[in-house]
Amino acid sequence: MILEDRKWEPRASLKSDFGIPRIVTEVASPDVGNRKCPGGTVITLHRAWRLSGAGPPPPPGPSDRFPRWRGQRGPGTMAFPQPKPRAPELPRKRLKTLDCGQGAVRAVRFNADGHYCLTCGSDKTLKLWNPLRGTLLRAYSGHGYEVLDAAGSFDNSHLCSGGGDKAVVLWDVASGQVVRKFRGHAGKVNTVQFNEEATVILSGSIDSSIRCWDCRSRRPEPVQKLDEARDGVSSVKVSDHEVLAGSVDGRVRRYDLRMGQLFSDYVGSPITCTCFSRDGQCILVSSLDSTLRLLDKDTGELLGEYTGHKNQEYKLDCCLSERDTHVVSCSEDGKVYFWDLVEGALALTLPVGPGVVQSLAYHPTEPCLLTAMGGSIQCWREEAFEVEDGAG
Amino acid sequence: MAAADSDEDLVSYGTGLEPLEEGERPKKPIPLQDQTVRDEKGRYKRFHGAFSGGFSAGYFNTVGSKEGWTPSTFVSSRQNRADKSVLGPEDFMDEEDLSEFGIAPKAIVTTDDFASKTKDRIQEKARQLVAATAPIPGATLLDDFVTPAKLSVGFELLRKMGWKEGQGVGPRVKRRPRRQKPDPGVKIYGCALPPGDSEGSEDEDDDYLPDNVTFAPKDVTPVDFTPKDNVHGLAYKGLDPHQALFGSSREHFNLFGGGSEGAGHLIGDVEPNKGRKLGISGQAFGVGALEEEDDDIYATETLSKYDTVLKDEEPGDGLYGWTAPRQYKNQREPEKDLRYIGKILDGFSLASKRLSFKKATFPVPPTVFTGSATSVLEFLSQKDRERIKEMKQATDLKAAQLKARSLAQNASGSRAQLSSPDGGDRSWHTAWGSGTAPTASNFKPFAKDPEKQKRYEEYLVHMKKGQKDALERCLDPSMTEWERGREREEFARAAQLYVSSHSTLSSRFTHAKEEDDSDQVEVPRDQENDVNDKQSAVKMKMFGKLTRDTFEWHPDKLLCKRFNVPDPYPNSTLVGLPRVKRDKYSVFNFLTLPESSSLPTTPEPIGKVPEHRASDKSRKPSRWDTSKPEKKEDSISEFLSLARSKVGLPKQESCPPVKKEEEQAPASLSEKTTKPDVESQAEEEGKRPSMDLFRAIFASSSDEKSSSSEDEQGDSEDNQEGAVEANLQLPQETHMEETSSTAPASEPEPQELTLPFPIQKMQIDEREEFGPRLPPVFCPNARQKLEIPQKEKQKKNKDKHKPQKEHRRKKEKAEMSPAKKTVIEFCPGLSLDPVLSLIEVHGLFS
Repeated sequence: MILEDRKWEPRASLKSDFGIPRIVTEVASPDVGNRKCPGGTVITLHRAWRLSGAGPPPPPGPSDRFPRWRGQRGPGTMAFPQPKPRAPELPRKRLKTLDCGQGAVRAVRFNADGHYCLTCGSDKTLKLWNPLRGTLLRAYSGHGYEVLDAAGSFDNSHLCSGGGDKAVVLWDVASGQVVRKFRGHAGKVNTVQFNEEATVILSGSIDSSIRCWDCRSRRPEPVQKLDEARDGVSSVKVSDHEVLAGSVDGRVRRYDLRMGQLFSDYVGSPITCTCFSRDGQCILVSSLDSTLRLLDKDTGELLGEYTGHKNQEYKLDCCLSERDTHVVSCSEDGKVYFWDLVEGALALTLPVGPGVVQSLAYHPTEPCLLTAMGGSIQCWREEAFEVEDGAG
Repeated sequence: MAAADSDEDLVSYGTGLEPLEEGERPKKPIPLQDQTVRDEKGRYKRFHGAFSGGFSAGYFNTVGSKEGWTPSTFVSSRQNRADKSVLGPEDFMDEEDLSEFGIAPKAIVTTDDFASKTKDRIQEKARQLVAATAPIPGATLLDDFVTPAKLSVGFELLRKMGWKEGQGVGPRVKRRPRRQKPDPGVKIYGCALPPGDSEGSEDEDDDYLPDNVTFAPKDVTPVDFTPKDNVHGLAYKGLDPHQALFGSSREHFNLFGGGSEGAGHLIGDVEPNKGRKLGISGQAFGVGALEEEDDDIYATETLSKYDTVLKDEEPGDGLYGWTAPRQYKNQREPEKDLRYIGKILDGFSLASKRLSFKKATFPVPPTVFTGSATSVLEFLSQKDRERIKEMKQATDLKAAQLKARSLAQNASGSRAQLSSPDGGDRSWHTAWGSGTAPTASNFKPFAKDPEKQKRYEEYLVHMKKGQKDALERCLDPSMTEWERGREREEFARAAQLYVSSHSTLSSRFTHAKEEDDSDQVEVPRDQENDVNDKQSAVKMKMFGKLTRDTFEWHPDKLLCKRFNVPDPYPNSTLVGLPRVKRDKYSVFNFLTLPESSSLPTTPEPIGKVPEHRASDKSRKPSRWDTSKPEKKEDSISEFLSLARSKVGLPKQESCPPVKKEEEQAPASLSEKTTKPDVESQAEEEGKRPSMDLFRAIFASSSDEKSSSSEDEQGDSEDNQEGAVEANLQLPQETHMEETSSTAPASEPEPQELTLPFPIQKMQIDEREEFGPRLPPVFCPNARQKLEIPQKEKQKKNKDKHKPQKEHRRKKEKAEMSPAKKTVIEFCPGLSLDPVLSLIEVHGLFS
């Protein structure tokens, strides 16, 4: 229970001879967390990144993702031994298959907290589900053509969706009504995203533009049109001050609002999906050459390459697992592929079905995966997952 | 109306009222009861008059309202009784009273628990003055004694952490024992003398002090930053009546400890050891007769008592009374910081790491250009600049000519003011008179045609001489009357233009560096280039610098606001990438211009070209144009191509109906005939330039048409039934997407050459779709759908892009016999739609 300051230790007996009581207190050693952290994966991960010359990507917010680091104590303090952090689990167990009944499911997306999901149907509807229970909460109809992408706002009060009717629609979740309909794209809208505060909707379209629609005002025209892409925009992601866009012209463009700069990384092959890693340091890019690439956000250097799946013609999704440990991608051979992020080795393939896995979504905090194939979606959880009471 | 009966003798004071008009009644003054005043909420306030108390409360000096007095919470029902509510005084007070300046202002204040112990000086002073002037002096003393022994939370926390009164706050000091303050009785003026020799002894003490003994830090009395609000000299305190007259009470007070230290400070420095003093005393007065002891009032202040030099060695704590956060030099060593040895509160543990403020370091935004450069051109590379220069020179001539011509045509269009050349002359002459003489040296609107330019110059010369018939003289007699008329107008116009721009204004304005010419478009300054280099870099997996382009990009101000991000370029009005102006018809633009950029609207000379088509000659020829003359050979094929473009298939190469008929023949034959055609198309397709080129070419001629057809197309898409559509579309889509998916790749696709069917080719053309397509809906009977005969596919494909009307019409036609259709087919006067639908039907029935 007693941990002394290291510097005092050798002379401790001497000092006690003076009759002065040793003043000791419970002090946590300053660097225990770095050396003896049982979170082995994390440590190796960072080391690997350093080795690859990618610069230091320490997780900026380890406190929420690795909560055990916080209470870490020295070897002497064993008051409440903390359990080891679980090894990252992969969703291997098919928990549920939902037939959405809306034609082909073009995209499946989690909401902000991961309790619900949205499916975009080719029958012009958008549906809100509880994926664990398999209950349909609401269907949103108002699109004139198939819905291609959707997103939920941070407070779950609004949805946005875009589709083949070239319109971007802002929905009220509770009432199911169309709040705004933004028209202006010249082609179908491939992807939509809210910004962090759900004040702006960013939509990427095959008309090679990204348009920023203001949700606050009644202005019919977009706040800004990012038309640097030479070809259709297939994927848009938004962080607090950046807009990441993958385009079919083979470039990933990152608009940094804070710096006022545009970074354009050439990948070559038409890009189907891009996303930020959860620590915001890296960019995952999937392209039509059946390759996923992990790029350093700041320098554009290649950190990893993931192959083995098949993605040559369709617009398929990719993402990172909830702790950035694995790279996940759809494939045209009906499977979902998992790679270890650091080693790049194939970790798992999930056979979903005979068709093409069109879309997938990863839960923001838990090892839970949603996949979409044909007209149905599948919910996957880790092996140890038990359905809670009432959830079934 | 004293002024009304005006006598000469009377003296009038003041200004008279305006005489009333007849029939007008004099205005009545507003009676007193109608003069109203309202409060800030718009409620009426009744004014009582200046001497009777101002505004009333309530309703005409009563409580309540117009309806009488009603209790605020009145519950009439017997079932739900009103809750008994305890009313406080606030319930009877007006809102104004509770506001900031009311009698009971409501504000957030620190509760006693958390308030600091330094008392409110004003209140304290007031209390003391009351006490002093009370009939029994010191009567309030009792209150001071019986103040509850409450400690503020801060004190309690500090105590729990091992702090004791008299100690300083902070981590314990290692080796410096706390030096007792000098006796407070000893008064030191000015700065305390440096404790010289005592310091040395202290150091000796340290030698045998054990290492692990720590001492509390010295308590630091904060400097009193009371503002000086009097006109006395520094540190002078005037006579305090309290001290002078009621010395006894002071003395009493001080007997009981330092409970009112602040008060003592407030009232003035009182030496506690001084005996009882009565009467007036002070430095300004001598020793009174009643004084028992003599103050040394004649003591002289000498400069030697003061420090004259600020020495390095610090007296006392070395702070000179300064309590600002001191700079710990050893802060860097973490061990030192961790050596806080003291009691630690329950539930807390000492941090193992120093709490460091995470400083999010963002890269510094690039410096904003604030106009040191006069032109965007200066940012360009040398190569680009030269290129632009060439472009400009090449187009200068054309531009000037075009301008003059269009002006002339405008003039002819709006002939109202210039009905005749003479009229033009007149106005031109007037302009002439006021302005300076134009010299033909630098303005050559007809430079392209030297003859004409010569005539124009001649005309100017004549004009300058004031000859009325200048125009007639200089015109070429061999010209036709029409030509002459036009040239006359042109000259007049050009001269006028020249004068108006050169006469009065020319002296004040200088030319912009870049002419704001309509022949120029804005293009992004920076381009993503060197795709080849990048491709090789990608192949070598050398991502990073080689594959990255960085541009200055200006987000919209509103977007920054919405993202809660400071505008990186607060002074710029630019949005997006910085742009430069370039020649609109430059090939470079079409190579680099983004597809979605605004369509260039070409200024079209009105009078010169009788029909739109003629203007196409001046434009760049396209490969598609070569096919046009062929089409014009037979009227029907031209008809068809027109119709097609109207239906929104502008890119589709139309096969003449001859081929259609052939298609009815055995399939082998049709394949033979169409295959070479397809291949040539595929070749074309491979080298297809960007859309803008086409737009620029066809923009003016078929703008309205194509846009309207686009709309129609969109409508038809929207209107299509989802379920039916899904079935019909499925096979097409897969087919089309197979081929179209490769379109986005910048390099031509060799696959397309080997396409098996001509239909696919057409589908590619129709689908303006780029990029990875959507996966097909997986369903078991999809295979069957794929095997639908090609012809049918073609038909459906066309259906898709047809307005709903035609759907209907087509159905009607389908019921007709084929013989009828053939009749219609060659009927020249038919409208387009039936012809089109005919083709549909052909496809259907063949």
